[in-house]
Amino acid sequence: MFRRKGGKKTPKISTASLPDIVFMLLFFFMVATVMRESEQLVNIKYPKATELQKLEKKSLVSYIYVGPPTTKYKEKYGTAPRIQLNDAIADDVKEIRTFIQNERAAKPEKLQNKMTTSLKVDQDTKMGIITDIKKELRKVGALKINYSAAQRVGKL
Amino acid sequence: MARKKDREIPEINASSMADIAFLLLIFFLVTTTMDIDKGIIVTLPPYLPDQEEIEVKLNQRNVLEILVNARDQLLVEGELADVSELKELCMKHVDNNGIDPEFSDSPQDAVVSLQNDKGTSYNRYIEVYNEIRAAYNQLRENRAKQQFGVSYEDLDTARLKEIKRYYPLKLSEADPTDFGNAGGGE
Repeated sequence: MFRRKGGKKTPKISTASLPDIVFMLLFFFMVATVMRESEQLVNIKYPKATELQKLEKKSLVSYIYVGPPTTKYKEKYGTAPRIQLNDAIADDVKEIRTFIQNERAAKPEKLQNKMTTSLKVDQDTKMGIITDIKKELRKVGALKINYSAAQRVGKL
Repeated sequence: MARKKDREIPEINASSMADIAFLLLIFFLVTTTMDIDKGIIVTLPPYLPDQEEIEVKLNQRNVLEILVNARDQLLVEGELADVSELKELCMKHVDNNGIDPEFSDSPQDAVVSLQNDKGTSYNRYIEVYNEIRAAYNQLRENRAKQQFGVSYEDLDTARLKEIKRYYPLKLSEADPTDFGNAGGGE
């Protein structure tokens, strides 16, 4: 007989297609990925609204965060709402100008006029600070803005 | 010679391919954020130096004046109002077509003027802004249904423009007041 001594073994499952499956998943996530935005130094609870529009082209969006600093940074920056640009708390509203100019310089010239600034603002912030930000944005010519908000369900 | 005529290229061992792919996959899994940023998209007017601020004379009836104070209270055309009434009021104002002398001549002439205080909360501001947007969206939706029998969102660009021209969103935002601070209210 030609049978092996150890008797019949269960045949090995072929793993040859495993890389294909993994690659498929990999490509999906690569396409869907947007790198995590900068670490949030301020607490934000978004206001609720119903007339929301989705922001297309994430790469063309710059973010301005406004809100009270998180517990970790309370000692350093106090509890009043502050403006966060990139990874740092801004000392002055005027810093927005350089921030926008830097953001703009990083994008190809063709797309520069399509840039949007998304204001992620805590709902308890006072309008004074927002008005100042809007004025700065107008001065620097970043006219397309987005008031980030959450979907409201039900009536007011 | 012992050499074969056409030597075969030795196969590359691909068993570690899966490991590499897995590593990359896990990296992207961790860094992925799926949430989409949503919000109210607004185009700001270009900045003009203080002196050059253009003063446009508008017929009083064409302007719907909304004031929000530091205590988040609403004053619409000189009367106290609630945010929930705002959409209705705004629609009535825009779509008046000269019927009520208190409201606008035509949708094209209608202007909504919004002024808040420096002490107004962002939440209230967004609520008010949202209601104005909602009013216009509703009017446009109604007209789209009436004229073309299609929902506003499904219209092609040419028709969309036509509707937008009929109901142009003219929102004027005045510089905020500072009564909340000066008046010693709170």
